[in-house]
Parts: sequence; C-alpha cells; structure tokens
Amino acid sequence: MARSSDVRRRELAAIFAGGMLGALARVGLAQGYPPAGGAWPWTTFAVNLAGAWLLGWAVTRLGPASYARPFVGIGVCGALTTFATLQLELLRMLDAGRWPLALAYAAASLAGGLGAVRLGIAAARRGRGRVAA
Amino acid sequence: MSGVLLWLGVALAGGAGAVARFLLSDFVAARSEGWFPSGTLAVNLSGTVVLGLLAGAALHGDALTLLGGGLIGSYTTFSTWMLDSERLAEHHSDRALAVNLAGSLLLGLAAVALGRALGGLL
Repeated sequence: MARSSDVRRRELAAIFAGGMLGALARVGLAQGYPPAGGAWPWTTFAVNLAGAWLLGWAVTRLGPASYARPFVGIGVCGALTTFATLQLELLRMLDAGRWPLALAYAAASLAGGLGAVRLGIAAARRGRGRVAA
Repeated sequence: MSGVLLWLGVALAGGAGAVARFLLSDFVAARSEGWFPSGTLAVNLSGTVVLGLLAGAALHGDALTLLGGGLIGSYTTFSTWMLDSERLAEHHSDRALAVNLAGSLLLGLAAVALGRALGGLL
C-alpha cells in the first residue's frame, strides 16, 4: 500500500525536529568543551558513542510504525553523531605526525561505537523483557 | 551574530542536515543492490568532502559553527554507520563488517583530505 504524503510529511517533520535537537546538543557540547589542539577529541568521541548506544536502543525498542523512531533514530542520533568531524580530527592528527594518537582514536571510535550499539540493543531487549513479564 | 540567532541557525541547519541525510540515503539505497550499506556511505563521504572544503577554505567563527557544526555535523552520521556494521556482522559476515568499518574509515580520510585540498584552492 502506498504511504500517503501526509504520513511522509510527518515523518520528515519528526526527522527535522530530532535533527534540531541532536545538532544543538552536539554543537553546544563542542562550544562548552572546545577540543584542545592535538589532544584526544573527547566531545566528538562522547557524542558518537552516546548516539550509537541510543540508536541501538531506539531501533530495538521503538516500533517501526511510530514517529518516535525516525525522531530519535534518524533525527536525534543521526545529528548528534558525526562522521565528518571524526575524519577531520583524524586528518589533523596525521598532519601533526601523531600516528599513534590517530590510530588509537580510530580504533577506539570503531570498537567503542560498535560496542555501544550492541549495549543499546541489549538494554532495549532487557527492558522489553521486563515490560512483557 | 547574536547568541539566540546563532543557535536558531544551528537548530535549523541541523534539522535540514538530518532530512537531507534521510532523503539521499533512501535514494541511494533504493538504487543499489547487494549487501553493502551504500546509502550511509554516500551521505558520509559527500558530507566529509564538504567539511574538508570548509576547513581548506579556512572558514571560521559563526559560519563554521553553522555550516560545519550544524549542517554537516548533522548530515553525516556515526551512529547509523555503527548500526549498519552491527547488522552486517549479525546477518552477513565478519568480513562484511570489517569492509564497512575499514573501507568507510579510509575513504572518509581520503574524502576529507580531498575536500581540504580543493578548499585550499578557493
């Protein structure tokens, strides 16, 4: 069945609203805790891992039919986390010749992000189990 | 730019970035076959080239906060990249997981370096 344009508009509105919140939180944190040159980018690292956890939770816990899922998953999590900034930070570490830091940051982001998604999924399953019981 | 206006701009840019990500990712995914999450990669690489351009053009201050932080930060995504990877590991293979992680990371690095070099020419 074709989805009505009304449903589509509401979905886009939910994504837009979630994107506003995610971007405000990320940019607000980046301004409050500006990255120190040459140091570990804690702000990007923290928002990326937090967003990955929340996305794992959201896609497991929130039904695909509700607007909460695009709002949280595509809007908030997608906008809170960032791929481009991570890459620019890595490039600047390499510019400075800090290969070990770049390698550690890349590895920690990938392992941490994957681990965070898995923990979010597991948390949502446990939560759902409790509700069902 | 006053504080309130700047944050309003960040919010609007963030909302627009999220919607653009959803639309492009959907568009690419609907036209690609196979196991690879090409929609997410297309969004992330295109956004990363643009952030590199902004950095190469030495954009700074409110303009960088709006475009780099608000728009591109929101347009590109780390969380979906990780969720895609987790699903590849679960439904496909560890090799697919490794290709999506290492491939996206290396292509992203090339994208930001390319964007910065182009931005430096501006």
